[in-house]
Amino acid sequence: MSQQERTYKEPGINMETERYWEGTKNGQLLMKKCNSCGETHFYPRAICPVCFSSDTEWYEASGKGKIYSYSIMRRSEIPYVMAYVTLDEGVTMMTNIVESDFDDVKIGKAVEVTFRKTEGNQSLPVFRLCK
Amino acid sequence: MSRTSKAYIAGIYEHPTRKAIDKTIPQLHAEVAIGALKDAGLTKDDVDGYFCDGEAPGLGGMSMAEYMGLNITYTDTTETGGSSYVVHVGHAVEAIAAGKCNVALITLAGRPRAEGVSSLAARARGDDLPERGFEIPYAPVITNMYGMAAMRHMYEYGTTSEQLAWIKVAASHHAQHNEHAVLRDVVTVEDVVNSPMISDPLHRLDCCVISDGGGALIVVSPEIAKSLGDRCVKVLGHGEAVKHLNGGRFDLTYTGAAKSGPIAFTEANLKPTDIDYASIYDSFTITVLETIEDLGFCEKGQGGKFVSDGNLISGVGKLPFNTDGGGLCNNHPSNRGGMTKVIEAVRQLRGEAHPKVQVPDCTLALAHGTGGQISARTGAGTVILGRNDA
Repeated sequence: MSQQERTYKEPGINMETERYWEGTKNGQLLMKKCNSCGETHFYPRAICPVCFSSDTEWYEASGKGKIYSYSIMRRSEIPYVMAYVTLDEGVTMMTNIVESDFDDVKIGKAVEVTFRKTEGNQSLPVFRLCK
Repeated sequence: MSRTSKAYIAGIYEHPTRKAIDKTIPQLHAEVAIGALKDAGLTKDDVDGYFCDGEAPGLGGMSMAEYMGLNITYTDTTETGGSSYVVHVGHAVEAIAAGKCNVALITLAGRPRAEGVSSLAARARGDDLPERGFEIPYAPVITNMYGMAAMRHMYEYGTTSEQLAWIKVAASHHAQHNEHAVLRDVVTVEDVVNSPMISDPLHRLDCCVISDGGGALIVVSPEIAKSLGDRCVKVLGHGEAVKHLNGGRFDLTYTGAAKSGPIAFTEANLKPTDIDYASIYDSFTITVLETIEDLGFCEKGQGGKFVSDGNLISGVGKLPFNTDGGGLCNNHPSNRGGMTKVIEAVRQLRGEAHPKVQVPDCTLALAHGTGGQISARTGAGTVILGRNDA
């Protein structure tokens, strides 16, 4: 069955993450990469969790990935798909799979980023199945 | 043979209530403390160390120490969710071995049922959580988070809902003999897989109960244990670990038990095949399945086969588990199951489990706690316990 839209809670933004949320407002999914060890990490931090370097830098991710795992939350007023998506950049992020029929959501399927407004008018990255 | 032990568990108590409408949380803490001290043959004045989780009322353990009138010189409020109390046992053993205290009291109490706190509530713990913005808007709740672990385990290893259901079936076989258990009816694999889907692939009967109450443990030095007699149980090994999302590179098919288990077995100089009885944290059926693999009772990915056909049922299978009915059927006080895991393991080693589920000649037992969420940040605590003559 096709999905009903639900409301999204506020992310709560701080000085470490405001750039990420500026990006989503412009339709960009930004990641943090460490210039010292070269690794991307998620969620984005001022300090790289791999090597502790503070030389970290924002860049725009492809917005493409694959479903690592998911669970369809049925016991909710508006059922929704909780998921982890592994981005082409190699990190896995928590998200929701939107638009798609529940029956079509499977581990390994290709997904692309899209955005939803939160209650406080922020822009939240979510994913949908690639056509 | 007689194994050395740096400290012993001398007292246990599980509160009989499952819905505490007429009691406060501090009152429940005190009631379980009284019960465990009486079980040990000690008094409040003997206690010089106090352990509780971070959710106990007050700052650390200070308010509860005051409420109970404890005169303590050592306290530890390590918070790793439902695994806290297993971790506390390990910490109490080390504190006793270091001479910092002699009689450690560990308490847990809560009343989520009386207060109507559903396990569906998102467990946000404040605006300063660094992961907050990247999780809360997506509505993670305990069921869909554990659902994702189960879904991935099924994908990688072919684990089925029917195999997971066997874990609940085994727990229900044990719970029928426990007069205090929330759910005492024996269920079948069909009952579990036909119960309503909560969050795929977890059905209602894959989930633990919500209950009030609590429990307490008394850990003592070898000298005091000697004076208290042979109901004291040896703590032979302890391990703990924290597993998390690791900057976005993680694997949901294993838990922190993959680290805490080997540490505990090494310290005890034992292996999984030596264990006569295991208490395995069972917030959900998938929690048990992954933990059994991680602790080495079977190979990774073989958990589904291992738990099937009654292999966890006492008197039937090779690994009798959660003979009190566990969190799946008996009790999950304060949404935290580590305490009752240790308590039932001690009952087994004393020969004081219900006769219908008592493991004959139970000499070596394991208790494992899992805290937080295995699909995000999770704590693990493992203890290996031995009968007084082990």
